[in-house]
Amino acid sequence: MLLQTCLFLLVLSNFCMLGTPRIRRMTGMTAIQGLLLTVLLCIFGHVMLAVAVLLIKGLLLPGLLWRTLKRLPAQALVCPRKVVPLDVLAGMGGLAFSFWLDGRLVMAHGLFPPMLLPLGLATLFCGLILIVGRIKAITQVIGYLVAENGIFLLGMPLMTTGTAWFELALLLDVFVAVFVMGIAINHISDSFASIDVARFRSLRD
Amino acid sequence: MLIALVLLPFCMGVVMLLWGRAALCRLGLPAVAVAHTALACATACRVAQGETISALNDMLAPDALGALFLLLASLLFLAVSVYAVSYLREEERIGEHTNILDHGHFTNAPERRFTACLCFFLASMSLVTITPHMGVQWVGIEATTLSSAPLIYFHRHKNSLEATWKYLIICSVGIALALLGNILLSVAFYRSDGVTETMGMDQVGWFVRHAAQGEPTWLKAAFVFLLAGYGAKMGLAPLHNWLPDAHSQAPSLVSALLSGALLNCAMLGMLRGHQIMLAAGLGGLSGSMLMFFGLFSLATAAIFIVGQGHYKRMLAYSSVEHMGILALGIGTGGLAVFGAMLHAVCHSLIKCMLFLLSGNILARYHTYSSYDVRGMRWTMPFTGALWTAGFLAVAGSPPFGVFVSELLIFKGMLAADAVGWAIAYLVLLAVIFVGLSVAVLRMVQGNRPIDMPKTPREPLLSVLPPLVLGMVVLLLGLWIPDSLKHFLFCAAALIGG
Repeated sequence: MLLQTCLFLLVLSNFCMLGTPRIRRMTGMTAIQGLLLTVLLCIFGHVMLAVAVLLIKGLLLPGLLWRTLKRLPAQALVCPRKVVPLDVLAGMGGLAFSFWLDGRLVMAHGLFPPMLLPLGLATLFCGLILIVGRIKAITQVIGYLVAENGIFLLGMPLMTTGTAWFELALLLDVFVAVFVMGIAINHISDSFASIDVARFRSLRD
Repeated sequence: MLIALVLLPFCMGVVMLLWGRAALCRLGLPAVAVAHTALACATACRVAQGETISALNDMLAPDALGALFLLLASLLFLAVSVYAVSYLREEERIGEHTNILDHGHFTNAPERRFTACLCFFLASMSLVTITPHMGVQWVGIEATTLSSAPLIYFHRHKNSLEATWKYLIICSVGIALALLGNILLSVAFYRSDGVTETMGMDQVGWFVRHAAQGEPTWLKAAFVFLLAGYGAKMGLAPLHNWLPDAHSQAPSLVSALLSGALLNCAMLGMLRGHQIMLAAGLGGLSGSMLMFFGLFSLATAAIFIVGQGHYKRMLAYSSVEHMGILALGIGTGGLAVFGAMLHAVCHSLIKCMLFLLSGNILARYHTYSSYDVRGMRWTMPFTGALWTAGFLAVAGSPPFGVFVSELLIFKGMLAADAVGWAIAYLVLLAVIFVGLSVAVLRMVQGNRPIDMPKTPREPLLSVLPPLVLGMVVLLLGLWIPDSLKHFLFCAAALIGG
């Protein structure tokens, strides 16, 4: 029951992100997703890994995003409102597709608990929608994190105590990726006076 | 030895980052490269002799395929490190630079950070090539993205920043999809009796040995995600968008490494998936997909190369073309796989040569436009001659190695009864040849521009590495040593050759 509740809250957080133009709120949601993944890992019995996920996905990564946001001007922190309904609609489409796919796939008995596969896929789609649908560089980073959360969720039933080192290496990689992207966003803001990736038009053929 | 392949460049990178002086770092690069090449050669020799070498409970255990790409990455790094000595000295001398595209002024990133990232890049590529663990390989490929992004942004201006951002986002998202491919691979082999726990570190070997037990639907899904994820990093069309931008905006020596070494590493990730698919009896599907995207990449490259005025972008699209040829050859199977392995070697060497030469041209003419470069045979005779030879080689003219490898792939396609594919392949190669030749000959011929000052001597270190690389490709066209042939056969045998 706790597992299903966490998964439901995860999907809710996805739609909160898709439904808001405010980047600060989206950043808060990534922290919540980190907490939910921590609880889910505890349910699967990976307590040590859960501590690492809490530290990295729940605290450090949102902290890095907050640090990046603090250096940006206020007008850079709101996405255009007109794309929000489209993103929510696309997210709903992704969710429906995930459930449809889940119904058609043949799975090894007992691998994925009910709802985990479709909601993991839906989280991945939500991340991809944020990357493609929003024009701010920071929302692309948030989208990358959400997509990675979805993939992390799908990998959770396959985790064993022997693979914890790999999961830690993966988390470290994601942390460094967001760190590098955060630095790049600050440079973009300084050079372009905006973090709007739609301005990236100088390198076309 | 295997641990040293990763730790040596990594530790040197840390030392450079924390305590390095620019001049010392510059000289440290060739030292690291020589030591790494010695280790890589020793590793490749032992692997080619059929010896099994491993470290860290088999987490590092290269096979012939990995050892081949390791050797290539190491040799290219050696060439680039020698070139970097004069390049970085000149960059330091100039101080403030002018952006060629918007004429704004910019400064470079600190040199010790640049040299350190080069070392980290080498360490991560080494890890990718010598591990049989698909998760570790994924971590290594992501690490190549993160260590090379600051290299692309060495020249701190808007255009390189734009290229860096596209590179970071497209490759990171692509690699995330490849991670999903890895997960689906584990799902395909999942048994409720917990058999996955006995897999050990040699995942590729385990998957190949137990391929018959894999669930075909999940295996196919896994390969699709591996192809999409690593294909994006490898520059296969239609996910190649980052490649021309990053290659054109990065310093030329970085472009040389990206094109010659990094693309191979990404391809290795995808080839592991193909290796497992072949063992599972699903090689027909993965081969067809590789052939389709290979030919699609060739067609895309042909469209963008014809009339391309930006000579570094032209080289980048040529990389898309050659990645397409590799995918086409590997997908065809049989003799074409051996041709593809030879092609990987020749393409890496010749593209590294051409990018290094493009750096010389850029430094002399201060333009990216092939329309504004004239009379290279007068202004920079060595570079001009090598540029022409490099073009002939990369376009697949005899007697260079690329000609032999492209011919072998063609013969392989005919042997596999893929006549339609073979005809399309030839037509596209011809179109690309014409597109490349127009731009290259325009640059080499003609008179020296009137406003160009008298030709200074070309620095030895800026022409020596391209010359050596070009000579090796020429030699491979005339004669392939038996030991190399055996090595390539061993690598090809792993992926259906």
